[in-house]
Amino acid sequence: MTPLLLKAFTATSCIGGGLAQTLVSLRTQRSGLRRCDFETVELATHIGAVAGIDAQALPYEWRRYDCRNNRLAELALRQDGFCDAVRDAAARYGARRVGVFLGTSTAGILQTELAYRQRDPLTGTLPEAFDYRGSHNTFSVVEYVRRRLRLDGPAAAVSAACASSAKAFAAGRRMIEAGLVDAALVGGVDSLCLTTLYGFHSLQLLAAAPCRPFDVARDGLSIGEAAAFALLERVPQSLASDAVLLAGTGESNDAHHMSAPHPQGRGAQLAMRAALSAASLDPGAIDYINLHGTGTPSNDRAESGAVHGVFGSAVPCSSTKGATGHTLGAAGALEAIISALCLQNGLLPGGAQTVQVDPGLAVHYITRNRRARARRVLSNSFGFGGANCSLIFTTAG
Amino acid sequence: MSLQAYIDGIGVLGPGLADWPSAARVLAGGRRYAPAAAVLPAPAILPAAERRRTGRVVKLAIAVALEATAHAGVEPRRLASVFSSSGGDGHNCHEICLALAAADREISPTRFSNSVQNAASGYWSIAVGAMQASNMLCAYDASFAAALLDALAQIAVDRQPLLLVAYDTEYPPPLHAKRPIPDAFGVALVLSAARSERTIARIDAALGEDAAQRLADGGLEALRTAIPAARSLPLLQALANPEPSRTVIDYLDALRLRVEVLPCA
Repeated sequence: MTPLLLKAFTATSCIGGGLAQTLVSLRTQRSGLRRCDFETVELATHIGAVAGIDAQALPYEWRRYDCRNNRLAELALRQDGFCDAVRDAAARYGARRVGVFLGTSTAGILQTELAYRQRDPLTGTLPEAFDYRGSHNTFSVVEYVRRRLRLDGPAAAVSAACASSAKAFAAGRRMIEAGLVDAALVGGVDSLCLTTLYGFHSLQLLAAAPCRPFDVARDGLSIGEAAAFALLERVPQSLASDAVLLAGTGESNDAHHMSAPHPQGRGAQLAMRAALSAASLDPGAIDYINLHGTGTPSNDRAESGAVHGVFGSAVPCSSTKGATGHTLGAAGALEAIISALCLQNGLLPGGAQTVQVDPGLAVHYITRNRRARARRVLSNSFGFGGANCSLIFTTAG
Repeated sequence: MSLQAYIDGIGVLGPGLADWPSAARVLAGGRRYAPAAAVLPAPAILPAAERRRTGRVVKLAIAVALEATAHAGVEPRRLASVFSSSGGDGHNCHEICLALAAADREISPTRFSNSVQNAASGYWSIAVGAMQASNMLCAYDASFAAALLDALAQIAVDRQPLLLVAYDTEYPPPLHAKRPIPDAFGVALVLSAARSERTIARIDAALGEDAAQRLADGGLEALRTAIPAARSLPLLQALANPEPSRTVIDYLDALRLRVEVLPCA
């Protein structure tokens, strides 16, 4: 594929609002996971909650979109001059030529969960103020961001569970390459809600302690929330040496099971090979792999088999979910931005929380930060329904 | 700027529309539209364990996907896919919200697995063994046009044959009052980059702002506006017509999708 430039990018998660805080957390291997105190949830688990969401109001004009998910989107859009970068693209290309493609798994469903507690005792109806389109519907976050930034181009939400926002990068890239848009705002937003907390609890996949991806004693995941965005454009004639490019995307489906990965990571291998092929790179060219690495015994085993199958055991890799938690539909975008930060700052991030790497997992998992110039990074995202997506980012210099 | 593809297979299922041949007769004016509740077949191609777990959304998506792939005479597992729906499984979502509002908050693992919006994509991929990329898009009422644009972009960029499946089903009360989708409607298209002996028509699509085409029959026009996936009906009508034609389907806000349809049969 023709590489695309990440003209601007930003991320907000429990390890930081914006790039500077996120980088400090990565450099100090700080984890943002803490004991679950979300809403009225009583589960013995840890969460990666973003500070300041409740205080983040939406512009009055767009109040119908008010919900935790869109407040998180608003909070993240305000970091790193991202709104200005999007406005600048709209001014250069025209608002019709800027697309919006964002991943989310649950959008603002928390509003519906709360509304069901307030059903009319006689009729069962939902409260008058509940706005399905502005909060519950999967498209709500895309519609909010598109209206908020006054963009008029093509748009869609990508909702393929935990691969959603990685696939949003692939969807945006296609739209540029097909000539439908000149810039694509891609990324993902997913926020804490009861459906995912009690849902992963029902599958017995929540760890009680902060998650420990690839650890010999790993016993599940920790749920987090995040919003992460990138503005994709065609690569201009001249580039700063620290510019980051989207060089390859690869997608596949496991065709195996709704909620469990293929044991040997067959579909994951296809996605990684497709991304390498799109980027015209051999496996040996990759300097670091940001793993999906949820911390569940089955995911990490399957992913390690898949990575080993494609790369062998030499490439340094880690999961940053021990720091951020599993941000579900936002994970692909968050880890894309973390990958971009690592490329720009010569950092291979050690996996937080992991103490003793499982000797049965035949990959080069790093638990301590390394200072090393990385030029090409691959990031994995896998989800329920068998959805797999791998992205490759490179530096221009 | 327009994008082209060849349509090799079509599947349709909705209120009073049992399959593509009967829908084509109605849309071409050969038979009067008679609204009746959509009847969704059990997905026989799923293993029994999976079949028990599926709701109306998955039944609908698999039914139209099977019809379109059989019509195109292609092996389903060879196709990449774009699934699209304005919402997920409304009945499943309702049951989860009920459980979360109750004292014990116990939800079933199967309900949670089925709550992902790409559930139909997952079950389809398992049923036919398709390991190609499968996308899942939502754009509220614009979900069909959003999926068609992504499908056309994939055809333009990857040049691989592809299955598009757009579908919506109803929510039960109390969500129904907030999102009053009355019944189920699904449409599936098999698209290719090159013409073959199976090709039904060539389509050329571009963004525009002309008003969306309305259907002359009041019942069909009501269906078009009531169920997001049925925003595809003007395109299906053009495909049912033996003459070249031009139609416009709804997309986002002022944006529409203008489609030239050139029958190839």
